[in-house]
Amino acid sequence: MSFKFSEENLQKINKSIAKYPYKKSAVMDALYIGQEQNGYITEEVMQEIAKILEIPLTDVLGVATFYTMYHKKPVGKYHLQVCTNVSCMLRGGVELLKQLKDELKIEEGEVTPDGLFSIEEVECMGACGGAPMMSVNYEYKENLTPEKLKVIINELRNNSK
Amino acid sequence: MEYNIVLPKIKDLHLIDVYIQNGGYEAIKKALQMSPDDVIEEVKKSGLRGRGGAGFSTGLKWSFMPKNDGKPHYLCINGDESEPGSFKDRQIFEYNPHQLIEGILIACYAIRAQKSYIYIRGEYRNWIQMVQKALDDAYEKGFVGEKMKETFGTEFYCDIYIHKGAGAYICGEESALMNSIEGKRGYPRVKPPFPAQYGLWGYPTTINNVETITNVPAIIKNGAEWFSKIGEPTHPGTILVGISGHVNKPGVYEVPTGTLLTDIIYKLAGGVPNNKKIKCVIPGGSSMPPIRGDQLEGLKMDAESLKKAGSAIGTAGVMVMDEDTNLSKVLLRITHFYHHESCGQCTPCREGTGWMEKVLKRVANKKATKKDLDLLVDVANNIEGRTICALGDAAAWPVKFMIERFRDDFEKYVSEEVVINVPNKVHSMRNTVIPLSEIKIK
Ligand SMILES: Cc1cc2nc3c(=O)[nH]c(=O)nc-3n(C[C@H](O)[C@H](O)[C@H](O)COP(=O)(O)O)c2cc1C
Ligand code: SF4
Ligand code: FES
Repeated sequence: MSFKFSEENLQKINKSIAKYPYKKSAVMDALYIGQEQNGYITEEVMQEIAKILEIPLTDVLGVATFYTMYHKKPVGKYHLQVCTNVSCMLRGGVELLKQLKDELKIEEGEVTPDGLFSIEEVECMGACGGAPMMSVNYEYKENLTPEKLKVIINELRNNSK
Repeated sequence: MEYNIVLPKIKDLHLIDVYIQNGGYEAIKKALQMSPDDVIEEVKKSGLRGRGGAGFSTGLKWSFMPKNDGKPHYLCINGDESEPGSFKDRQIFEYNPHQLIEGILIACYAIRAQKSYIYIRGEYRNWIQMVQKALDDAYEKGFVGEKMKETFGTEFYCDIYIHKGAGAYICGEESALMNSIEGKRGYPRVKPPFPAQYGLWGYPTTINNVETITNVPAIIKNGAEWFSKIGEPTHPGTILVGISGHVNKPGVYEVPTGTLLTDIIYKLAGGVPNNKKIKCVIPGGSSMPPIRGDQLEGLKMDAESLKKAGSAIGTAGVMVMDEDTNLSKVLLRITHFYHHESCGQCTPCREGTGWMEKVLKRVANKKATKKDLDLLVDVANNIEGRTICALGDAAAWPVKFMIERFRDDFEKYVSEEVVINVPNKVHSMRNTVIPLSEIKIK
């Protein structure tokens, strides 16, 4: 499978390059842009980035594997991240994660057969005051309860019908 | 009880026009009429200390930057905010981004930097957009960038960019942060050399927390003396306290330093649900030593008072745990975090966090002996002070102090009848995020 950045995304990468004295610094933005276009990071995406930024592929790979926000395999249309760190755990984050797994019938790291949802247990997202919380494609849903979680899932299901 | 410097209660202050109407971008004008050294002196005199965790004097840090060396200088703003229990800088991004931007301009002028990078954790995507909007507006009005020369009639100008993180707590450590901006893995660097000598791309660099810098315009506007008289003299000003866990009204409250912790818990945060007693409080984010609930009386929230009480102010992220909390589970969760976030460079941190997690898993499952508690403290002691960066200490402290201070509690989870027979396997989680077999390099 070959991968090429769209014209628009190439411009975005160039804009990122302009922020720094060295092209290499744009690797993190470029990985985000690649992920947005391709859904997740593949070797082809990394190769393109290496070529554009004129750095070795291993440098791109090193960055892609170090940071957890780069997906190395496909995720659902709605990537659900539940925080189970202390403040969330104290207010029901662990139970929330379990409810989500039961409701969607998938485990962490899996995608539902319809491709709609994937689940990830995450570390503190900086929303401890609104614990327990979940992020839906980085839209924060705070002060969750089992009922609210159900409503959110149903809404997302309906949205994509 | 609340006192607002960095989060004034003004409606729509995040809009540039509202910010200007309320005296915004006046402090930078004033600063530009002073010499850079006078600005540093003023901030030094104010007593402002870093709000990112270490509590170092901001003015002093700025004064380490070389002068007239002809090299580019950089200012990095630390908005990585990934310490569990911390969620305060996010409030500034949302409600007062222009005061942050103005603070950056003043700091850049003082340390003679022409470029600044605001490092914001990637999960804060929406808040990154808010700060970017504020930046775009400030550029358009000529407060940032080359147009500053025209706006303020000086030679000085500086550019501000956002660098988006991608999910790595360690990038909050200042040298890892610089490596991340350079487009590398977030590995902390060995110090010395310190950033003021050898920082971003090898050039003199200062790193400050978001909240620290947001205080600066108020100091320049109202004077060092005014600031130094707020709160505790040894740690003046206000702090953004983010309180979470077992309280009725969790959230961020801005209070003068030295405010009683019990006032914050009971008056501002509305006390503990169902009037339960407090078993444990972590006062400054998960890295800081926990305090027993029966030792909160009279305890003040400022660097020196908390130090005396055997803890630290950290990021002022207060986590409250009621009497029914299972501390073995809390400690396991905290240790899992540090194991997950260890960058893997130093053996004591990489292996030690993994071992502590394994042993704690046994404790939490009631499959451990008293000796395991001693073993945990021993491992923690062997991590502390033996690593490149402070994540090692941050992982060791909660284990060491929670077990020491809540020994009675932890002994409830262990028994002498357990026989241990577990295979040994520990490794850095940062290097196993994707199975390497799935990646081919030609
Ligand atoms: C593991 C680790 C994580 C850190 N995370 C942050 C962070 O998220 N935000 C922050 O401002 N400082 C963080 N720090 C502290 C920074 O290294 C640095 O001391 C601080 O940004 C300096 O700013 P200040 O002087 O204004 O406090 C962290 C330190 C360590 C060791
Ligand atoms: S102490 Fe831990 S996080 Fe810090 S450099 Fe060493 S291994 Fe990395
Ligand atoms: S602990 Fe869950 S957001 Fe901080």
